[in-house]
Amino acid sequence: MPKAKYASLPYILWSLVFVVAPLALVVVFALTTPDGGFTIANVTKVAEYTPVFLRSLWLAVLATAACLLAGYPLAFIMSRQGGISQRTLVMLIMLPMWMNFLLRTYSWMTLLENNGIINSLLGFFGLGPFRMINTQGAVVLGMVYNYLPFMILPLYSIMTKIDGRVIEAAQDLGANSFQVFLRVVLPLSVPGITTGITMVFVPAISTFIISRMLGGGANMMIGDLIDAQFLGNAYNPNLGAAISLVLMIFVLLIMSMLNMFEDSEDKEGLIL
Amino acid sequence: MENVMIGLRGIAVDFDGERVLKGINLDIMDKEFITFLGPSGCGKTTTLRIIGGFVEPSEGDVFFEGTRINDLPPHKRQVNTIFQRYALFPHLNVYENIEFGLKVSKLPERERKLRVGDALELVGLKGYEYRNVNLLSGGQQQRIAIARAIVNQPKVLLLDEPLGALDLKLRKEMQRELKRIQQSLEITFLYVTHDQEEALTMSDRVVVMKDGNILQIGTPQDIYNEPANAFVADFIGESNIIDGIMLEDFLVEFANDTFPCVDKGFEENERIQVVIRPEDIRIVSPDDGKISGVVETVTFMGVHFEIVVDALGYKWTIHSTMSVPPETIIGMDFTPEDIHIMRRMEEE
Amino acid sequence: MKPSMNRTSKIYVVLLMLFLYMPIFVLILFSFNENKSRSVWTGFSLHWYRELFSDQLIMTSLKNTLIIAVVASVIALVLGTAAALGIYSMRSRWFKSVLMNITYMPILNPEIVTGVSLLLLFVFGMDAAAKVNGLLGFHLLPELGLGLGTLIIAHVTFCTPYVILNVLPKLRQMDRFVYEAALDLGCSPALAFFKVVIPEIMPGMMTGFLMALTYSIDDFVISYFVSSATTQTLPVTIGAMVRRRISPKINALSAIIFVVVLSILILYNLYSVRKEKQLKKGGESFR
Repeated sequence: MPKAKYASLPYILWSLVFVVAPLALVVVFALTTPDGGFTIANVTKVAEYTPVFLRSLWLAVLATAACLLAGYPLAFIMSRQGGISQRTLVMLIMLPMWMNFLLRTYSWMTLLENNGIINSLLGFFGLGPFRMINTQGAVVLGMVYNYLPFMILPLYSIMTKIDGRVIEAAQDLGANSFQVFLRVVLPLSVPGITTGITMVFVPAISTFIISRMLGGGANMMIGDLIDAQFLGNAYNPNLGAAISLVLMIFVLLIMSMLNMFEDSEDKEGLIL
Repeated sequence: MENVMIGLRGIAVDFDGERVLKGINLDIMDKEFITFLGPSGCGKTTTLRIIGGFVEPSEGDVFFEGTRINDLPPHKRQVNTIFQRYALFPHLNVYENIEFGLKVSKLPERERKLRVGDALELVGLKGYEYRNVNLLSGGQQQRIAIARAIVNQPKVLLLDEPLGALDLKLRKEMQRELKRIQQSLEITFLYVTHDQEEALTMSDRVVVMKDGNILQIGTPQDIYNEPANAFVADFIGESNIIDGIMLEDFLVEFANDTFPCVDKGFEENERIQVVIRPEDIRIVSPDDGKISGVVETVTFMGVHFEIVVDALGYKWTIHSTMSVPPETIIGMDFTPEDIHIMRRMEEE
Repeated sequence: MKPSMNRTSKIYVVLLMLFLYMPIFVLILFSFNENKSRSVWTGFSLHWYRELFSDQLIMTSLKNTLIIAVVASVIALVLGTAAALGIYSMRSRWFKSVLMNITYMPILNPEIVTGVSLLLLFVFGMDAAAKVNGLLGFHLLPELGLGLGTLIIAHVTFCTPYVILNVLPKLRQMDRFVYEAALDLGCSPALAFFKVVIPEIMPGMMTGFLMALTYSIDDFVISYFVSSATTQTLPVTIGAMVRRRISPKINALSAIIFVVVLSILILYNLYSVRKEKQLKKGGESFR
């Protein structure tokens, strides 16, 4: 359509002001003092928080791995269903996603409390009470609970594209179930795996409220650290910007590494 | 049929710095069925799109009934197009598709209904008004596309390889159908195809194109019997093309022999090419033939046998209703009228 | 495909569903508890629902959320559809790919970074406006604080990419000649766009709009950074509540949201099942 190329002008302007400029400001703030002078002190100070970064990375990796392990079989089962049962399963997976993650996390708070329902039930059998809330395990559980659908749905949508005849062909050629999985299903579902990992890992590593709700004060993550610099007690936007910058670069690097696993022909212009 | 409907004068088109049309001159008459024939990339579709208004010529002028229409946008031209894959509006049903142009030109509803009904009748799809166009067969979609265009009573209908997506049997049927529609509407059809058979059976005139040039314009008989050069001869059906020398008027030398022919007007001893159609060669005994050779292969083609004969260094193709066993020596006979002389094409 | 599952799969699916739904059901169950406790059941009551509806803060936040979602999604729809058209007809591959990368940015970037960067921009903008006004000695530029305006801007920013990414594929799938056919049949370019192109890309626009609406209603992280203490969205209010203290009002709210979402999903599924059946029926009558 002729002349339509100018139709994107308003959007280009919008993105320049509200996407590009804010990110540029993050860089500017990260490299300046509160008075506006140039400094790299903020960036070097980020190194002091290495334990927080490592903890976030570790918990995010755990949560992502757990989502992949728990979600992969379900995605495969769903993709091999037909009609109503497939539709119902998809709906059941999506339904919790539509409830705000704060409410979902809140529900686990009430379950895991020292005098919460799980401990009450266990007490009924003479077990416990166990300390479950305010542990790293609770944080991982909360993230798995919140992000599991983000893993299942991309896996499912890529697996529905696997032709059932391909699996039958592999069986016909003498492959057992395990070999069918390893040599056919797994390689064909790689794009879904990378998308799923991205969609779980990015929010997991940058979460800032799940960790506070389920992990208490002791299990601070990068997100909480950033929050504290802007709207919390530690008020220091320059340091906050520096931490955000490091987090962003970190996440983009990991995503570009994941992207190398698949040829991104179909995803035009995906980052890096 | 003597009025000029569309005139093309020195039309040239550049795409990304490449000249895809190299100066086309052509008059298209009123009520004629004219076909642009050529291999893909020859510029036939571009020519059509210039007349439709979708491509602006880099040079030259387009005339419509004597008026220059270079700058007229497509929606103001009195021509309608049948697109390659029909381009039916998927969100509208059959009736709404056909009605589209009438509605845009704000015709009253009663009139619209009448004309859509007539158009549907003409293409034989009465009763399909409220069907979903996406669920129709290829042939039916084709008919809807035709109805959608002709309902606007254009003076010229442009058809861009309209039958390309149909299977052979349906294509034959639609060829007859299109010819019938053209005759009953008495309007100009401008047809683009790469299928020589389609061009020959339907057209009043054929324009053979190659590499942005017009090679020959003529009736199907002209084009078939007197191809202007080896490319046309080869493109219009199978041919035996042999290098030769025109010794004088009515006398040609090829295949180590001289033959009387019916052509004249060449220079003396001009190097030419000779075309003999496979079906014009008769198989006779070796002594009776003008040329004799050895049968190499025989293939049954349904209506006829295709026989390839090796003679004097050429592979001759013969179409014959009788079979000959391979390895036999046969004679080939043809009359002076079967010999077509063409000027040599410039080297590519 | 085979619609049956073996036993192991069935147990596995049931266990996962229990994991997904147990917490939600417990949450809903205790919204009807008479007592404030979230583990000891003392009796049925609708007390917390009454409390919920008389909570001024929650009701205002709900209103804000809906206003912001509708306004931001409509702006995103217009902005994004126009942008998709522009990107579709762009010739320069280089520029296109830069623009697409910027488009992916709000989706791929950690939400907290988007939120923080927008907060920095708004604060920077407000400072700049105050300085300009101070220099001039009068209010040339509006000195607005965080609130509805900044929330809407932020939501448009992260919603528009979803519209673009849903409309672009529809444009690519569209038969290019359909637009030309409309011109050929007498439409001016503008009329052809509204009569033919818009209906063709409508499904993509609708999906994009609905996604924008959902993400806008659901967003906590970005809204958290660009809202003020007085103008909040529902998720931000919930965030403050769950952090401050536990209240069964939240359970009641969860129950309501769950029922609303469930009904929408069921309605949507019924609708698409019916549509599929219609298509099938239409298809069969030609065979």
